[in-house]
Amino acid sequence: MVSETEVAHIAILADIGISSEELAEFTGQFNAILDYFDLLDQVEAGERPEAGTTNVFRDDEVVASLPLDDILKIAGESEDGYIKAPRVVL
Amino acid sequence: MGIVTFDAEDRWNAFVTVCRNVEHQDDGPLAGVRIAVKDNISTAGTQTTCGSAILKGYVPPYDAHVVTLLREAGAAIVGKTNMDEFGMGTTTESSAYGPTTNPVDMSRVPGGSSGGSAAAIAGGLVDMALGTDTGGSIRCPAAFCGIVGLKPTYGRTSRYGLIAYANSLEGVGPMGRTVRDVSRLFSAIAGHDPRDATSLDRPYDHTPTPEVKGLRIGVPAEFFGKGVDPAVAAQVRAAIERFTELGAEVVECTMPSMQYALAAYYVTCTCEASSNLARFDGVRYGPGADTIRSWHDAYQDHRKEHFGAEVRRRIMLGAFALSAGYYGKYYGKAQAARKNVREDFARLFADVDIVAGPTMPTTAFRLGEKSDPLSMYLADILTVPANLAGVPAISVPCGTVDNLPVGLQLIGPHFGEERIIDAAAAFEEVRA
Repeated sequence: MVSETEVAHIAILADIGISSEELAEFTGQFNAILDYFDLLDQVEAGERPEAGTTNVFRDDEVVASLPLDDILKIAGESEDGYIKAPRVVL
Repeated sequence: MGIVTFDAEDRWNAFVTVCRNVEHQDDGPLAGVRIAVKDNISTAGTQTTCGSAILKGYVPPYDAHVVTLLREAGAAIVGKTNMDEFGMGTTTESSAYGPTTNPVDMSRVPGGSSGGSAAAIAGGLVDMALGTDTGGSIRCPAAFCGIVGLKPTYGRTSRYGLIAYANSLEGVGPMGRTVRDVSRLFSAIAGHDPRDATSLDRPYDHTPTPEVKGLRIGVPAEFFGKGVDPAVAAQVRAAIERFTELGAEVVECTMPSMQYALAAYYVTCTCEASSNLARFDGVRYGPGADTIRSWHDAYQDHRKEHFGAEVRRRIMLGAFALSAGYYGKYYGKAQAARKNVREDFARLFADVDIVAGPTMPTTAFRLGEKSDPLSMYLADILTVPANLAGVPAISVPCGTVDNLPVGLQLIGPHFGEERIIDAAAAFEEVRA
């Protein structure tokens, strides 16, 4: 069981805004879904399944990027050729 | 250059964006064919929203690889089809642009998440469409709308330009009215793309041969288990019986990993979604966020305002399942269960050529019927195993229950598209 406090904490970690009305609803739904996920407790962990995978890196070659104007056109806000973002450091 | 004028009336809200006059190349295998593209596949110069308000007005500056291939084949891309927001859903009701309805019965959902693509075909607006399938999103709407949909082998079509939701599960695939249409569209989009590191060099150049003589068809008991509507099961059993009349052999078998497949799928896809959807912050694309406030405040409010409930729920579930202390309980176990599904398929395909069962456990739901998320998730039980294993699967119509279409699902081994397409073509021929 997860509590409303835990769900509110997850919302902060995931940067998902959540209202107090939604919190109760989400918590109820979370618990129903997590109960169902508990089925997985019966699965043997076994070996890690990644065996046999290989890297497929491309060569580190410089290629043309998309035109700056095209990028700025789709950005939320821009100024002097830069994309404008909310402040990270207060 | 040719021009196609697209003035069809969209009574089902199948499209988010319609292109009225479309230029296309005159030559090529799909010259002048009207094709709709799901709205999570990037199209240069045409709005691409993923069915979400967070990408409203976003016009990609580049084409997805599959779209480039379509244009080279001469296709006329007449619009972008409606979908569950970011592909998260089984009904196409979670779109920010309103639900799509099912052309067979407008009180019903078309299935999801490629519901717009399926409705555009079933409603006669286009002959073919691209969908994407993460846990059944091509096959489910194909089954509910009475059309054909193919989820290819993972990596056989490029994901470059597909706006990611759950990378290890999803892929682009063809949808059409007939198996031949699906095969034709698949020929145009399959093949290697160096820009997608998981893309495989397995082009598809096959003409469907409706022939199943000597084919061994495995029918796992779990595909007819609890939750499968008896009338749907009977219809699918009867369809499989038709194969024996055509000279195939039906082999009863079991797939024990099925009991964990759905939980493994939802843990995996929510974990991948929580990471993939972090990029939607209102800074680089879509409606802008408030740049005056601090990052976390602006980011949280932007996502609260512009993401729908299902998307936010899955991001949070994924963040929770990946958090310290729960990683082993959820993600680690889900990957172990996923490995079991893959091994079960490998064991089955050592003995049979294809696996058959229903695509969906029921016929199309009524609009609004699946109001709680878990009950909607449970509807995906029969389609997710193919995504977990990365094997190809096709849904082909096999009759109706109460006038609503039922889909027969045929699953093949990796790169077994030719075989399941031949089998589907054989079934389509006897059904006609």
